[in-house]
Amino acid sequence: MTAVTLSKITKQFGDVTAVKELDITIKEGEFFTFLGPSGCGKTTTLRMIAGFYYPSAGKVKFNDRDMTTVSPEKRNTGMVFQNYALFPHMTVFENVAFGLKVRKVNKAEVKRRVEDVLEKVRLKPFIDRQVSQLSGGQQQRVALARALVIEPDILLLDEPLSNLDARLRDEMRNEILRLQREYGITTIYVTHDQVEALTMSDRIAVFNVGNCQQIGTPTEIYNQPVNDFVAEFIGETNLFKVKKTGEGLFCEALNLRVHTSRENSMKNESIKMSVRPEAITLSKTKLEGVNVLVGKVDLVQFTGESVHSFIKVNEGHTTLKVTDLNRGPSTYLQEGSDIYVQLPPDQVRIVPVAKE
Amino acid sequence: MLNAEKRKTILLLIPIILVLVGYVLYPTVETFIESFKSNGLFTLQNYVDFFGPKAQANLEALWNSVYISLLSVLLSACIGVPLAFIFTRYHFPGRSFFSGIAIMPIVLPSLVGVMAFMWLYGEAGLIPVALQDLLNLEEVPFSIGGVTGILLVHAYTMYPYFYMTVSSALNNVDPSLEESAANLGSGRFGVFWKVTFPLLTPALVAASLLVFMVSMASFSAPFLLAGGYRVLSLQIYFSKINGDLEMAATQSVILSAVSITFLLFMRWFQNRKDYRMGSKGIGAHRSEVTNPVLKWMMVSLGVVAMIVLLLPHAVLAILSFVPEGAWTWQKYPTSFNLENYRLLFEDPNIWDPVRNSLIMAFVACVGCFVFGIITSYALVKRKFFGKNLLDILVMLPWALPATVVGMNLILAFNSKSIFSFGQVLVGTFWILPLAYFIRFIPLVVRSTNAVLEQMDDSIEEAAQNLGARWLYTFRRVVLPIIMPGVLSGTLLAFVQAVGEFPTSVLLYTLDNRPISIEIMNQLRMFNLGQAAAYGMIQVGLIAIVMLISYKFFGVKSENTL
Ligand SMILES: Nc1ncnc2c1ncn2[C@@H]1O[C@H](COP(=O)(O)OP(=O)(O)OP(=O)(O)O)[C@@H](O)[C@H]1O
Ligand SMILES: [Mg+2]
Repeated sequence: MTAVTLSKITKQFGDVTAVKELDITIKEGEFFTFLGPSGCGKTTTLRMIAGFYYPSAGKVKFNDRDMTTVSPEKRNTGMVFQNYALFPHMTVFENVAFGLKVRKVNKAEVKRRVEDVLEKVRLKPFIDRQVSQLSGGQQQRVALARALVIEPDILLLDEPLSNLDARLRDEMRNEILRLQREYGITTIYVTHDQVEALTMSDRIAVFNVGNCQQIGTPTEIYNQPVNDFVAEFIGETNLFKVKKTGEGLFCEALNLRVHTSRENSMKNESIKMSVRPEAITLSKTKLEGVNVLVGKVDLVQFTGESVHSFIKVNEGHTTLKVTDLNRGPSTYLQEGSDIYVQLPPDQVRIVPVAKE
Repeated sequence: MLNAEKRKTILLLIPIILVLVGYVLYPTVETFIESFKSNGLFTLQNYVDFFGPKAQANLEALWNSVYISLLSVLLSACIGVPLAFIFTRYHFPGRSFFSGIAIMPIVLPSLVGVMAFMWLYGEAGLIPVALQDLLNLEEVPFSIGGVTGILLVHAYTMYPYFYMTVSSALNNVDPSLEESAANLGSGRFGVFWKVTFPLLTPALVAASLLVFMVSMASFSAPFLLAGGYRVLSLQIYFSKINGDLEMAATQSVILSAVSITFLLFMRWFQNRKDYRMGSKGIGAHRSEVTNPVLKWMMVSLGVVAMIVLLLPHAVLAILSFVPEGAWTWQKYPTSFNLENYRLLFEDPNIWDPVRNSLIMAFVACVGCFVFGIITSYALVKRKFFGKNLLDILVMLPWALPATVVGMNLILAFNSKSIFSFGQVLVGTFWILPLAYFIRFIPLVVRSTNAVLEQMDDSIEEAAQNLGARWLYTFRRVVLPIIMPGVLSGTLLAFVQAVGEFPTSVLLYTLDNRPISIEIMNQLRMFNLGQAAAYGMIQVGLIAIVMLISYKFFGVKSENTL
């Protein structure tokens, strides 16, 4: 059981700062996800933990041990690469046994443990296959088994599912979670897929170009984003600039005095309001209370489980996205019809602007 | 602070740089310095002599070399490019068989090939003599020698460069490009000129540069065929034989300057972004030749071409059965038996050169193997300052004409130096293996580069992540993966080293003669059969190596060049 502490780590490649003063603590046994857009430094951070890069500044600690410049082969981490990186000249058995042979485990023990782990990833029948004769999902599981069999202190996964098709991805997601729970290994998972992050993680760190915007549980990240970047990156949202005035908050885009029941002690000059599409109330009859708008239904989109309605408000200047579960055709709105919209005050979140 | 990675890189680089500096750079520099020496003084006199009226032979030789090389490019292109078109674009009976035959010239080592040409088409050659008899002529109707001889041999041995590069380029051209151009209303000729030709330009340029360089460096053909005709590579040899090392050095510098200019030009050209097509695996459409007359004309043309192409091989095989004295003054060989082969295995005097060559080539190739792996690994997988420079240094022996490599070694190691551990190497056993080693470094490095570049970096990282140290990873993961490529490169280097002539003739010692020198001896003694038997051994070795490469390492013979 190992906790990982990154304190103020920075990585520079020439002029490019890939990671900037990152502070993260990952608890023992946790499933921790790095989530962020492409090029934001997730892989770089992961590779600093694995030891393939040494930070330009800052410290990497496993429990209390300083690992900052320890070479990768002495870290006892198990990494699963995006392209699997299986040894092409070896069989499934030899691939999985590699780490054990390096550790000079005796033959019988190697055999037992390899068979054990292959059983767990459901690849026992393929034990003597050449790895080139396996499907993508099977190769993925060999890579996972190879990393797990050495009983690593930390499991590192860099977008392990991005090369798989949607169904296999779902299956492997559950497989990874099951194995992680079973072994109880501290796991760091890199992805830019928010669904993956939200469904699998104990906690998520949201990255944006070189730094970490927010760390929290999936519900915290989704429901209480700390700024507009996080709010926009995770899930869908309606995001508008608001201004502080004498009587409170005013949103120009909606031409609305915004009420929010949430704490709002923002010192920032530039702030935005965020309200999730599924939190907005629609009604064909007049609504009472605060944050009520009148609009026209612009477009209704059917996606299967849910229905998106785009409502033009503020005399057609602004579009709001509203999502509702699919409850049958009779409930769909008529395009072009008038509609009342309410943004419930407890669902309106005021966030600072992170990017300029 | 140096981290572990940097330390490893430096440790790897130290032996590489030592070897390259000691055996490639230092000899080249020695030659360069020597070219500025005259009677122990530093002067430009040698260059003045070279370009001045005093030694016009030199300037003439330079122009002759350039002239021959240009014509060789032209001739090779005229044969290789149409062949490539015919074989990739048309389907007719026996197509794949003929296209296999088309690369047969590369299995003849250059000296052996030239020899076969002499026997076939030379003054007392079988074909001119036969024609004379058939037609009852006073004199032989034609014979090759001098410039025409050299050009013919060059065209024969070098057209495969064009054939192979253009074929592979044509295979990569997406036929839909040409079709869409035709669709847009271009005529057949317009399509070729506006679409196909620009796509082939990279291949054509690369092949032209290559053939030009190879022709400039060509030694065996002028050596046997030139007569009084002067070319620069041969002049170097004559200067050396006459003991004028300073002039030999000057000539070497000038010949190298031309070659290196071409090497740099070629690197620049290859690194340029070329417009290779994204779409792959389409393969060329071949149009079936349906017109029966045309079809059988093509087939018979193919048969004739095949006979011409294989005649040298055939004559070599046949003559290897001619015992000593059976074809000296006689018009045709008078008897055939296994005498030459029997002697080869029974007479130590005859066998020794074969053994010498095998041993020396083996020693050189062990060196190439080890050095090639380390160097290629450093070049492909490590980051360091000055990589480009190192790459050029590695490729230098490939760009330098073999004669120049030989001269460099003479000038560097005819006195004691630290790189020869305080010994004089010239005149010892070690000088030839060293020469072969240097000559074939680029070949092994290049074939190893090709496989290493295919290997993803994350494979090594995965091994390291699983706890393997660098050396263990290298032994258990990297080496097994790249071994096929390295071995096929090394085997090719081996067979070429066995037949190597230009450096051998400059550096051999009497008690350690390689095959090529003994072939020359036998020729001089008019024992042609024995020379042919030596040639057959080399051809056999090459055939075996190509078969092994193809069967076990999946390397196509086309790619082994
Ligand atoms: N070896 C390197 N040399 C130079 N720059 C690098 C190197 N590795 C990464 N970078 C740069 O650092 C930044 C972060 O890269 P990184 O690979 O960590 O991104 P990422 O978050 O993993 O992106 P993706 O989701 O696309 O994998 C990028 O701008 C990248 O160009
Ligand atoms: Mg990445």
